Amino acid sequence: MAMVSSPRGGPYALPFRSPPVDQVYVEERAVALGKRSIKKETKVAGLRLAVRMMDLTTLEGKDSPGKVRSLCAKALRPLDTDPTIGPVGAVCVYPNMVPVAVEALKGSGVHVASVATAFPSGLSPLPIKLEDVRRAVDFGADEIDMVIDRGAMLSGEYARVYDEIAQTKEACGAAHLKVILETGELGTYDTVRHASDIAMAAGADFIKTSTGKITPAATPAVTLVMLEAIRDFFYATGRRIGMKPAGGIRTAKQALHYLVIVKETLGDAWLTPDLFRFGASTLLNDVLMQLEKERTGAYQGQDYFSKD
Amino acid sequence: MNSELDATPAASLAVATQAELQTPAPTERRRLRVQKTYKMFAGGQFIRSESGRYFQVTDVSGATTGEAENIPLASRKDGRDAVKIAHGAWAGWSGKTAYNRGQILYRLGEVMEARAAELAHDLHRSLGLSGDLARAEVEASIDRVLSFAGWSDKFQALLCSSNPVAGPHFNFSVPEPMGVVATLAPRRPSLLGLVSAILPALVAGNTCVVLASEEDPRTALSFCECVATSDVPAGVLNVLTGKASEVAPHLARHQEVAALDLWTEDDALARQLEELAVGTVKRVRRRTPSTIDFSSSSLESLATIERFVEMKTVWHPVGV
Repeated sequence: MAMVSSPRGGPYALPFRSPPVDQVYVEERAVALGKRSIKKETKVAGLRLAVRMMDLTTLEGKDSPGKVRSLCAKALRPLDTDPTIGPVGAVCVYPNMVPVAVEALKGSGVHVASVATAFPSGLSPLPIKLEDVRRAVDFGADEIDMVIDRGAMLSGEYARVYDEIAQTKEACGAAHLKVILETGELGTYDTVRHASDIAMAAGADFIKTSTGKITPAATPAVTLVMLEAIRDFFYATGRRIGMKPAGGIRTAKQALHYLVIVKETLGDAWLTPDLFRFGASTLLNDVLMQLEKERTGAYQGQDYFSKD
Repeated sequence: MNSELDATPAASLAVATQAELQTPAPTERRRLRVQKTYKMFAGGQFIRSESGRYFQVTDVSGATTGEAENIPLASRKDGRDAVKIAHGAWAGWSGKTAYNRGQILYRLGEVMEARAAELAHDLHRSLGLSGDLARAEVEASIDRVLSFAGWSDKFQALLCSSNPVAGPHFNFSVPEPMGVVATLAPRRPSLLGLVSAILPALVAGNTCVVLASEEDPRTALSFCECVATSDVPAGVLNVLTGKASEVAPHLARHQEVAALDLWTEDDALARQLEELAVGTVKRVRRRTPSTIDFSSSSLESLATIERFVEMKTVWHPVGV
């Protein structure tokens, strides 16, 4: 991969093709990595890390300032009885809710992420999408989750995808850019791999599987493909790109499975909230329930944990 | 070859004539007995233990001396999974109309009637009950199911009340289902005891996680086949087999279990479970099966259902 600045605006040249992905290998390996026996202390350490890696998300049309404030309270102190758990990595909201979240999380170190670029479809004119990003950054978001134009990706307009990401990165300014590939709509692992490479070359700080609005969302196999893309990009450029699986990750067991995949593909360097995040809303409570189960020995009930 | 294949099934269907009875079969066919793989019942499916463990129960009837069958030995995690399933099924089951729950339980009785011979045979093999006694227990069990099916849309009216209060309020109490009930089924009688234990909880709109009789898990699992082929929704009844002392303590501490129904002779175990249940303020009922006359109609009384409902009292302002 060329390490010179691309004339198109991104830091690296647009990759017109990517290495092919062996579907059978990827799926088998992803499943195999979920079969590790993780013993108690490791499990607790993993779950505590998973809490700090969480992008606690609410992306519903019915979101209100009150709901966002209560989500932020939970982000700061996920378990009221144990201040050593958390805080989470970030709170992820729609642009209009960013000021509320910024106010609620002031001084805490918890990031405020905002979806932008006509989320979740990305099918608006580029100037509007860029304006969406600038407004969210003005409101105080320090992480932007953009969506790629999947239609352009699937019809081979790779340059357009690349350009949009590069220009979005520019609009972000100092804010981190996470690029949502919406892998459930890309069809094949080869396309996922290619989209990952394009996003990283165009300046993404993180690549993210899904919006959470369609299924299938994040799967272990698709995450593995993206992590391998990140690994190859690191070998080629020395840059560490982050990864964020999102959507459909609901149980502590799944979270540990993802952590194993990360460790086995990228190593300990990526096991930090700076380089790996879970996009989730219901996952947090399941992780907290498992942590309490390990502490008390008794299986926990949903009624004993706050909903948001 | 062909003639042999043709002859056997047809002959078993047709009524044998005198001539045929006297004629010896042309070739004597020996076939291997097909043994049933007994599995636990959870979420509407027949499952093995996640632990992969089994224990053996023998045939005490003398028909197949020395033969034993493998029964899944449930683990802590099987208990956890079953509670999760039962908890998930609770909204659907408690949300059905009482009339509909009654219809479904009646249908369970119908299916048991059709499979009465099989249930009786299981009792005969597992506990050595004579044919008459086994049949009588199955019939009593079916009658008990139907009796509770009948209670389904009637007990509410008998338990609810309009309460006199000193103030401008209309005050009334109504029974509501509790949630997941964990049941230690009696060792004996294995079928009538099981039915008597779970039906009051089910008819009240609860879902159940049951540890079947350790002595005769086979009949309980055959009963589950009746449940699976009636209209009882998946997850409403979940039956595990194994050691109560291994699984029950985890159910007693589980926050999503609302009540414990302990039909056991084991005082030490019952005491341990009662103490563990304190942490989540579960409702605990202890029965000693050996002191109970299971044919008694008191086991299908209103009081049995009342144990598994939560009374909700509503204060409604009037005159303002």
